[in-house]
Amino acid sequence: MTGYYHLAEMTITSADESDLIAALRARDESAFAALVDTHAASMLRVARGYVATREIAEEVVQEAWIALLKGIDTFEGRSSLRTWLFTVLINIAKKRGMRERKDIDVQIAAFTGGTVDPSRFRDADDRWPGHWKADEMPSRFPESPEGSVLGDELMAVTRDALDELPERQRVVVTMRDVLDMDSEEVRKLLDISVANQRVLLHRGRAAVRQALEDYLKDAM
Amino acid sequence: MDCDELVELVTAYLDGSLDPDTRARFDEHLLECDGCENYLQQFRSTVATLGAIRDDEIEPAFRDRLLDAFKNWR
Repeated sequence: MTGYYHLAEMTITSADESDLIAALRARDESAFAALVDTHAASMLRVARGYVATREIAEEVVQEAWIALLKGIDTFEGRSSLRTWLFTVLINIAKKRGMRERKDIDVQIAAFTGGTVDPSRFRDADDRWPGHWKADEMPSRFPESPEGSVLGDELMAVTRDALDELPERQRVVVTMRDVLDMDSEEVRKLLDISVANQRVLLHRGRAAVRQALEDYLKDAM
Repeated sequence: MDCDELVELVTAYLDGSLDPDTRARFDEHLLECDGCENYLQQFRSTVATLGAIRDDEIEPAFRDRLLDAFKNWR
């Protein structure tokens, strides 16, 4: 692999992208390998949100790559290559997935609880109901530069917390925060409402925040 | 705005999708509440940490399978 394609950056400029598409059409294996190295792990993470096992997720990812190869000669570039790839992936994953969309929307709507333990807030008969109890006030998270010991530990905690999220939350948090897609792109890819996307994102982030807070409380 | 209401609006706040009235109440609450100011900092820090996750490399055998698919197609 040459590294020539600069695929580490998630946002591929259109100039880079047309080079990449040209290379794929020319059957350039290093271009394909670079694209795989950039996206396959994220694709696996997203696919895992729809299907029961890692093995099936791998099959879904493989199918998506084959669809990309079959379509590359006629790809018109109306969306970015990444969006197209993930759209194909999600469509395949949905077909393979066992869960019905209807159930998922019901699940999203049915949840009414808060994302912070209600016992951390003052009761209705307090002078300031709904405000933090004195001993439950959040403290600032420390600065933890990438590569520092604490930074590495927090990264591991974050990754574990992300893996443990319910599937839909994990997919939305992965797309928005890990892959840095914008809300419109995610909304279209997942075919969910803006409001539901925000709910899933918020709940997922809040759960990861809680995991980090728990960890830091023990570590400090 | 109470703290338990604010904590549910943080993602909408960061997305810039609160209506102006609610946003103003959110900002006003922050001015006088250290707990919520810290909560917002924790949330921002969480989002930043999520953004720094780099996926593990895929298993070599799986990578090989994908590259084989490419060779077969070519």
